[in-house]
Amino acid sequence: MSELRFDDVTVRFGRGGRALTAVDGVDLTVPSGQVVGLVGESGSGKSTLARAAVGLAEPAGGQILLDGVPLRHRPGARRPLQMVFQDPYSSLDPRMTVGDSIAEAMPRGARRRDEVVRLLELVGLDADRVSAYPGALSGGQRQRVAIARAVAGQPDVLIADEITSALDVSIQGTVLNLVRTLQRELRLSMLFISHNLAVVRYVSDIVAVMYLGRIVEVGPARDVLGNPQHPYTKELLAAAPRRGSTALPPPDAVADAEPADPHHPPAGCRFHPRCPVGPLIRTDREHCLTLDPTTEADHRLHRAACHHAAGVLRAVGSNPPVLMELKEDSL
Amino acid sequence: MTTTVSAPVLTTHPWLAFAVRRLGRLAGSVLILVSAAFLMIHLIPGDPVRGALGPAAAQSLVDAQRASLGLDNPLWQQYVDFLHHLVTGNLGTSITTGLPVSDVIRDRLPATVELAVAAFLVAMLIAVPLGLAMGVLTRGGRRPRAELGFTSTAVVLAAIPEFLLAVGLVYIFAVTLHWFPVAGRGSVASYVLPVLSLAIGPAAVLARICRVELLAVLQTDYLRTARAKRLPAAAVYLRHALPNAATATITVGGLLLGGMVAGTVLVENVFGWPGLGSTIVSSIIAKDYPLVQGVVLVYGVGVLLVNLAVDVILALLDPRSTIRES
Amino acid sequence: MRTRWIAVLRTPVGAGAGLLLLGVLLLAVFAPVLWSHQANAIDTDHLLQGSSAQHWLGTDNLGRDIFYRVLVASRTSILLALLATAIAVVTGLALGSAPAILGKRGGRAAIAVVNIAVAFPGLLLALFFAVVFGVGAKGAVLAIGFAGAPSFARLTQTLVAGVAERDFIAAARIAGVGRFRMLVRHILPNIAEPLVVNATIGAGGTLLAFAGLSFIGLGVQPPAYDWGRMLGESLSGIYVHPAAALAPGVAVVIAGLAFNLFGEAVAKGLGVQVPRARWTSRTPEAVPARDSDAVLVVEDLQVSFPGPVTPVRGVSFTIRKGEIVGLVGESGSGKSLTALAVAQLIEPPGQVTAAELSFLGAPLLGRLPVRSTAATRRRLLGTSFAMVFQDPMTSFNPTKRIGVQLAEGAREHQGLSRRAAMNRAIDRLRAVRVPAAERRAHQYPHEFSGGMRQRAMIGMGLMGTPALIVADEPTTALDVTVQRQVLRLLETIRSEDDVAVLLISHDISVVAEICDRVLVMYAGRVVEDLPATELATGARHPYTRALLAAVPDLDTALDEPLAVIPGRPVDPARLPDGCAFAARCSFASDRCRTEDPVLVDQVACWHPQAQAEYSSFRTGQR
Ligand SMILES: Nc1ncnc2c1ncn2[C@@H]1O[C@H](COP(=O)(O)OP(=O)(O)OP(=O)(O)O)[C@@H](O)[C@H]1O
Ligand code: SF4
Ligand code: SF4
Ligand SMILES: [Mg+2]
Repeated sequence: MSELRFDDVTVRFGRGGRALTAVDGVDLTVPSGQVVGLVGESGSGKSTLARAAVGLAEPAGGQILLDGVPLRHRPGARRPLQMVFQDPYSSLDPRMTVGDSIAEAMPRGARRRDEVVRLLELVGLDADRVSAYPGALSGGQRQRVAIARAVAGQPDVLIADEITSALDVSIQGTVLNLVRTLQRELRLSMLFISHNLAVVRYVSDIVAVMYLGRIVEVGPARDVLGNPQHPYTKELLAAAPRRGSTALPPPDAVADAEPADPHHPPAGCRFHPRCPVGPLIRTDREHCLTLDPTTEADHRLHRAACHHAAGVLRAVGSNPPVLMELKEDSL
Repeated sequence: MTTTVSAPVLTTHPWLAFAVRRLGRLAGSVLILVSAAFLMIHLIPGDPVRGALGPAAAQSLVDAQRASLGLDNPLWQQYVDFLHHLVTGNLGTSITTGLPVSDVIRDRLPATVELAVAAFLVAMLIAVPLGLAMGVLTRGGRRPRAELGFTSTAVVLAAIPEFLLAVGLVYIFAVTLHWFPVAGRGSVASYVLPVLSLAIGPAAVLARICRVELLAVLQTDYLRTARAKRLPAAAVYLRHALPNAATATITVGGLLLGGMVAGTVLVENVFGWPGLGSTIVSSIIAKDYPLVQGVVLVYGVGVLLVNLAVDVILALLDPRSTIRES
Repeated sequence: MRTRWIAVLRTPVGAGAGLLLLGVLLLAVFAPVLWSHQANAIDTDHLLQGSSAQHWLGTDNLGRDIFYRVLVASRTSILLALLATAIAVVTGLALGSAPAILGKRGGRAAIAVVNIAVAFPGLLLALFFAVVFGVGAKGAVLAIGFAGAPSFARLTQTLVAGVAERDFIAAARIAGVGRFRMLVRHILPNIAEPLVVNATIGAGGTLLAFAGLSFIGLGVQPPAYDWGRMLGESLSGIYVHPAAALAPGVAVVIAGLAFNLFGEAVAKGLGVQVPRARWTSRTPEAVPARDSDAVLVVEDLQVSFPGPVTPVRGVSFTIRKGEIVGLVGESGSGKSLTALAVAQLIEPPGQVTAAELSFLGAPLLGRLPVRSTAATRRRLLGTSFAMVFQDPMTSFNPTKRIGVQLAEGAREHQGLSRRAAMNRAIDRLRAVRVPAAERRAHQYPHEFSGGMRQRAMIGMGLMGTPALIVADEPTTALDVTVQRQVLRLLETIRSEDDVAVLLISHDISVVAEICDRVLVMYAGRVVEDLPATELATGARHPYTRALLAAVPDLDTALDEPLAVIPGRPVDPARLPDGCAFAARCSFASDRCRTEDPVLVDQVACWHPQAQAEYSSFRTGQR
């Protein structure tokens, strides 16, 4: 029901020589009533971005806006953003009944008892679970309670951080179905984080790809997955399992490159040490070593942070028009 | 030139960074210790000199003593004087005996250090092999009866404070069996009972911790890896389990050594041991504050040095600890 | 929580300690009421006497009865100790929870104070405070109380920090719970148990410390008396009248132990106990004829734990040279235990039995009577059988260099020199494509990234001449792209050196991509065994099909709900009669609920689904 916008948000941990910029100037909008799926490898800053939104991490720069108004987090005050966490075993207080946990998240003055029962039924649990302790529930059931608690806060935006990755494969589906139904029924705006592209594809309207603290590609889910622009997105897609695939895709020249160290992000394009169409493979792309592709991202398709993505209006350096080039080697 | 390089070196080189950080902490602790020792006299309700000399002493005597201790100066000046004296090795004079406190300490310190070090060595020599052996023998729930016997003995021994142990040992070995002298410091025999009463409790604690640590290490994934390499059992234990179990053992060993330094206070009183422990008790009772101050400082510095030694050893043993700490 | 405490009191140690503690407390309450008179009666006819019928433990220098005095002194001793404990607990709790209440800056100050105070032994602090508060009972209570506070504060801090980083605290913050309510409602209840246990043990310690202070004359002053003072005063006469010194000493120890033991019993009761068992082996009846290509033969493998639970119930399979076999199943289905059992890495109390378990033709189960054959078996396993574990973070010894850890096995089994083994290690690191292998070999595990570490782990398996690599979830802890690299590496090794691989994973799509054959496990059984190429179309067991349908992939239809498997995985301790999958299976019949299907014709199901039905099943899902 509301729009969440990250405006040039930066989050830093530590100080001095050991500082780490986990989120580096991220612009991202979660439009009202839509689901933005955020993918990226571990350590790329997905969770940090989410935690910054709900006030668990302090942005070092930029603004987080809800319907154009900067968010303020005062302890004790109601938060218009709610979050569901990865591990359902640690996200519920073991010393509190399910009912109390849910009721605690409600705004003051709500008719708690009825409301708790209604929420439990909404997430597909029996009303008599109100007085159960989390210890008596299975992982999937706990995750339902966690979702009920998040919805109880009557959030404007819901953030789901890897909510199925701690669950058994046979349980994941039910939780994903629930989240999708709830989102549609309540017309929630949602930021859905996962490292699993297939899962993100299933729930999201918009897909954003994060690499080393930056959004490297964002756009409508169908477009991004159907016509990926950034080489990293392509790599993720290639790595995602497809029904019936019974062989590994062939290796490429940088297949064994080491993941980058977030303490020392590479200069120029952050993806260049691993880029299969980058400067380590193609000698004519030396500009990737020095020129940061994020600055011009707005001019490209899917705001891709790659000099060689489609949609660039001007050629980089003395290269031939990039659009042409892309057609040749698109994977 | 050197100044320009030193800054990045300090932050990048883990060992230098560790040394700087650790010495900084030591300096901070020493400053707090010194300040606490200084403030001690001022925190005492009423006039400490009057307290020391007793209600019957003439006012003129009290005033003279106050003046000689500098108690009439403003607080900050007393503090500065105190620090200044400390640096020059002057710890003041004892109110009761009139002797320089530093002389008293020099006289009595060796006896206490001997006692603490001997007890520490004995405790380590008993506890570490025993704990490790028990760990190996009782791993994975083997030999439950030996485990129960070991654990309950250790719990009971650890629960008996050193001064009671001392009394018990005196009763058995001195009063009843006449094997060792009841009190005093002289022949080698006179060391046995004080050292044992100081060592047994910590040895029990340490042995238990050694065992628990070893069991924890035996549960780790990397020990499973070592077993998967099909190394002989001895190599698995000695090369992989032991160094990792040592970390916690040394940490606790350091704490125990610190505790032993303090434990000497009580044991010395049981055995009439001519060390700092009996000095501090008698001087507290006699309200001889300069002497108390001096001895508290010595004990405190001793404990800080032990802690420093432990941290250095840990850093040497475990390649991660220098980095982990920051 | 209450039931757990009651359970503690039911154990012999817990009950004994509880009774002892109750007795000590009752004594403290009633002794002065009952026996004050006897304890204070001065009997000038019997000064400093030994034990007699009239005075069990003799008399003191005023002829007072020592036995009664020890009993009566219990109140002072215990009351003062409890007071001091209360001071320590309250101060410690306040200091320790300050970071949770005060926010960043105030919290940091509180932590610094505690850090410095904790470095000094309690007795030293007590002496310091005894000087400040003065000699006497009041001074001693304050001194011991404050001296005990830092360690309690440290404990509180540690516990609070442990709880504070759990997600439910973050969730409560997002829900708008204030700091104070957070502490009272969420943090304290979750650390109450260890706090109470430690306060109880702490009370024992305080009692002893208090006796110590009284003993050296800094605690209770005459005419009041506690055990410590009685002990201190009679010590000088220990030659003539030992009972006077020993009786209060014994009283202190018993009371201290009562608190200590009770605390320990509770602490232990809240943990878990591991019973024990032994390795056993069923003697193989007739060794079945098998093809000479077989690297690993497993026949009716069972793994059980006391309880009793049998998480692996009769698993059979054979792996041939150069074959990659996948073992898939949900968590708890027994995949890892199967791998560990095959690798001989199950420790007691676990029990492994099998009709046959042999590697390269040599039996693995059973104790070998001759030392030299045991050594031969160890060498065979050490050089030809490689293991790769799930978590590359924890599977290397953190205190040893990677190269040394690789070289170790080669020195042991191949008799290589230190230098030669290290060179081989570097060569193997290169073989698994660790960049800058020479430099990397001299680094510690924490200097490696997860993917690098997993490659090094595989490299470790290649130090010898492996015939089989058992990899238990080797990619689960890794990112998708890194996952690829590791899988590719395994595949390369297989094709270059004809090594067999047993790949365990919960991710059926990973397995499908690199394996030749897939074993599907459910509730400790292999329920289907099929070629990987047929996974997508030829699965016959309802569980295999449901599993495939439940995992979304890039082709999943977006406009329909995901297929789900109803219910939840079975608990191996509570297996139903009949088929373990029956409760979740849409094809279950009465027979399924009573008779347990066995693996016949590569599938363990009474109603295996035919291929044709399968395609309709799938389209039905889409
Ligand atoms: N030491 C043990 N004592 C008792 N039960 C155990 C023990 N180890 C494992 N189990 C039980 O055996 C069952 C199978 O465990 P296993 O680790 O093989 O499962 P898995 O399929 O590998 O699961 P995951 O995917 O979570 O690793 C589980 O129910 C587990 O609780
Ligand atoms: S900018 Fe260059 S290095 Fe970066 S992703 Fe594009 S092609 Fe690759
Ligand atoms: S045996 Fe019956 S219950 Fe079990 S999987 Fe087959 S059809 Fe389903
Ligand atoms: Mg497992």
